[in-house]
Amino acid sequence: MSHLRRPAPRELQPTSFAFTPENMDRAKKIIAKYPQGRQQSATMPLLDLAQRQTEGNWVPTVAMDYIADMLDMPAIRVYEVATFYTMYNLAPVGQNFIQVCTTTPCWLRGSSDIVKMCKDELGIGIGETTADGKFTLIEVECLGACVNAPMMQINDDYYEDLTGESTRNILDTLKRGDKPKAGPQSGRRGCEPIDGPKVLKAFCGCGAADQPAEPKDGEA
Amino acid sequence: MPKLTVDGIEVEVEAGATVLQACEEAGKEIPRFCYHERLSIAGNCRMCLVEMERAPKPVASCAMPAADGMVIKTDSDLVKKARNGVMEFLLINHPLDCPICDQGGECDLQDQAMAYGFDSSRYTEKKRAVKDKELGPIVKTIMTRCIHCTRCVRFSEEVAGVGTMGAVYRGEDTEVGPYIEASINSELSGNLIDLCPVGALTSKPYAFTARPWELKKTDSVDVMDAVGSNIRIDTRGSEVLRVLPRLNEDVNEEWISDKTRYAIDGLKRQRLDRPYVRVNGKLVPASWDEAFAAIKAKVAGLDGKKIAALAGDTVDCESMTALKDLMGKLGSSNLDCRQDGSKIGGPRSSYIFNSTIAGIEEADACLIVGANVRAEAPIINSRLRKRWRMTAGDFRLALIGENWDPTFKHDYLGAGPETLTEILEGKNDFAKVLEAASNPMIILGMGALNREDGEAVLATARAIADKYGMVTGEWNGFNVLHTAAARVGGLDLGFVPGEGGLSTTEILDGAAKGDVEVVYLLGADELDTSKLSKAFVVYQGCLGDAGAQVADVVLPGAAYTEKNGTYVNTEGRVQYGWRAVFPVGDAREDWKIVRALSASLGLTLPYDNIEAVRTRMVEINDVFGSVNVPRKAAWGDFGKAGVMKSEGFASPVRNFYMTDPISRASVTMAKCTEAFVKDAAAGKVA
Repeated sequence: MSHLRRPAPRELQPTSFAFTPENMDRAKKIIAKYPQGRQQSATMPLLDLAQRQTEGNWVPTVAMDYIADMLDMPAIRVYEVATFYTMYNLAPVGQNFIQVCTTTPCWLRGSSDIVKMCKDELGIGIGETTADGKFTLIEVECLGACVNAPMMQINDDYYEDLTGESTRNILDTLKRGDKPKAGPQSGRRGCEPIDGPKVLKAFCGCGAADQPAEPKDGEA
Repeated sequence: MPKLTVDGIEVEVEAGATVLQACEEAGKEIPRFCYHERLSIAGNCRMCLVEMERAPKPVASCAMPAADGMVIKTDSDLVKKARNGVMEFLLINHPLDCPICDQGGECDLQDQAMAYGFDSSRYTEKKRAVKDKELGPIVKTIMTRCIHCTRCVRFSEEVAGVGTMGAVYRGEDTEVGPYIEASINSELSGNLIDLCPVGALTSKPYAFTARPWELKKTDSVDVMDAVGSNIRIDTRGSEVLRVLPRLNEDVNEEWISDKTRYAIDGLKRQRLDRPYVRVNGKLVPASWDEAFAAIKAKVAGLDGKKIAALAGDTVDCESMTALKDLMGKLGSSNLDCRQDGSKIGGPRSSYIFNSTIAGIEEADACLIVGANVRAEAPIINSRLRKRWRMTAGDFRLALIGENWDPTFKHDYLGAGPETLTEILEGKNDFAKVLEAASNPMIILGMGALNREDGEAVLATARAIADKYGMVTGEWNGFNVLHTAAARVGGLDLGFVPGEGGLSTTEILDGAAKGDVEVVYLLGADELDTSKLSKAFVVYQGCLGDAGAQVADVVLPGAAYTEKNGTYVNTEGRVQYGWRAVFPVGDAREDWKIVRALSASLGLTLPYDNIEAVRTRMVEINDVFGSVNVPRKAAWGDFGKAGVMKSEGFASPVRNFYMTDPISRASVTMAKCTEAFVKDAAAGKVA
């Protein structure tokens, strides 16, 4: 089990946590979504909010305590949620949190090359963070983008249809401090067939002649 | 009421029952790990699988509601195969360390593996290992053995009300325990050990002590508090090794407090195992005859008014009966069983827990005055919590006195008598709650009654009970919560000052002045013994505590595990405790000591066996005739209106873990005090 799934050592844990005023507004809106008496359901979105607010993109134990307090529930119930879901990091990660999918479809499409490229380019192994704190690399199970396999997720963005080359480009762009274009790297727009769309061509601007560009009256 | 068929047997169960309960109704045993009658249903161990007609696969019977017309099979090949599969999965990661496991011999997994296990494993992979958790001085953990049934998680959340335990991480990495290291700060934590179906949570003080089949089991009654929890004492040879709860739905259900369970190691230390007589200021060992002779030399010819007797908190009714009769023969009416000087002792309804402990489950509002129920009687606090959970939080609880934590939502009204008066005058918001309640109750603690104005407080409480309809024909919501196991019995026996007799305070003051020359302490240690320095003190008891220190003659008595005795709990329930082992050394059963002393004083008491003493007890008060069934007490007139002081009520129990000589001598209780009592570090423990 990755060290990100274990609480960070005490010396890394901050001693206090509080939502910023903006996040507090968000938190109140989130809590208000749930019916009276069911406020505890807000645990997950609040944990996410706390993770985004915390430097290092993780949830410190004090933040869990803070949320438990806010929702009037025992802290252990929040710990249970935070440790169950792998999207909550229990220890700090790099600025670019790289999650490479290595589940079967991605693996069949060459995810091993992607992992190797990341390791070589960044000089770190799985579960490690670069010395400058810019990158953390982990392997994950299926992220639900098999049709664009192989793929990886960096922070909130998916990078799909990867090859070793495009992976290197992405990492280079990130190293420069720029943001690479998210989505398929192969020229595909989305998850259409690799040799171009077969249906609804008009809508994707592919200019196919067999379908009118504008729907006629009465059609839709 | 749904009717269903279990293995061809038709059964009818209550609406809301589960298939598992229906199967038990039909006499079929269903194996289980996670299911427990007193906890919420988790349905995660899958051991209780049964076959249900028209269901595509086996169903978990504990989580399946029984419905009309269901046809259930519990002994088909499918069921057997399914359970074998579950057992095989459970054993993939369970270590094969039964020979060194304390649960061995009373392990659910071991037992059920006999029926559903296979003789060898098909797995060659490494077993998982889990780091042990540090849960404090009582619960020992070997978490590799955990099968994730989550009984402990549900118990601590639901019954004990402390959110310490949880199931963290996921899948194969799941660990049960606290996420951050934390002890289980609950007075009921020992019950986790009983609940754990495997050897993951075992008893730390009892570790590697004995195997269950070596033990002799004796049913008895606890004396550590006034609840009278039903216990089973496990012994080997002459040693009491452990105390376990015994099922009694009306008293303790199947829980006991940690003090009940673990104070017994105090019985091995500082025991009085032979008589002592003070010679030249030092206690020297003596024979029974010498001890009796010393008492005779002092008492013979002395005016009865100069003799007094005080009974302690854990003594049995038989010895109080004998001592009361002996004092009568000596011409003394200076007796008291209220060491704390509490102002109780009127009609029976004024000093017992009238609504009974089980009756709490019918109450809808409760006012607690001057009692820290969590420290004084954790079992009763767990009932209050149970009621609160049953009503989904509608049960309203309010505190007057200290603001202690009952582990659930409550209102804190105020510290002292002023607030009580406000309630009586209807000026407090909680008065409306009491008015609206159909079964309101009041719990009056010793902290409200052991004061000088105790009688006035009692009168006010009674007026509140009358005003808010707490006492009707059916329901009596007026309750007194005692802290001493012997108190109600003593009051029932009339172990209180007779005509012209002195009360506890008066006896102590008299002794200090020299008016009272002989004081007989029957297991009485919770006194200001410095006042007894002038008097000739006879101490009879089992442990060398405060009383024995000032004694001129020490008579070694038996501990509660070493004698047959009658105890009356705070509800007024008469219960028998049974001897599990023989008294140590020369010690004897307490009533026999008094009987022998009476013979040597030439005032022989008229009973030669315990049955005769018990007959005498029924003669004094016929409540001793109805054992195990609390008798309803008639509502009477009591309390004396008067001025109440303004100071707040303070619970007499400052440290739950140490309240009597036995728990004070206990190593385990000392460790618990260190771990859990905040004031202990500051040296404030009484």
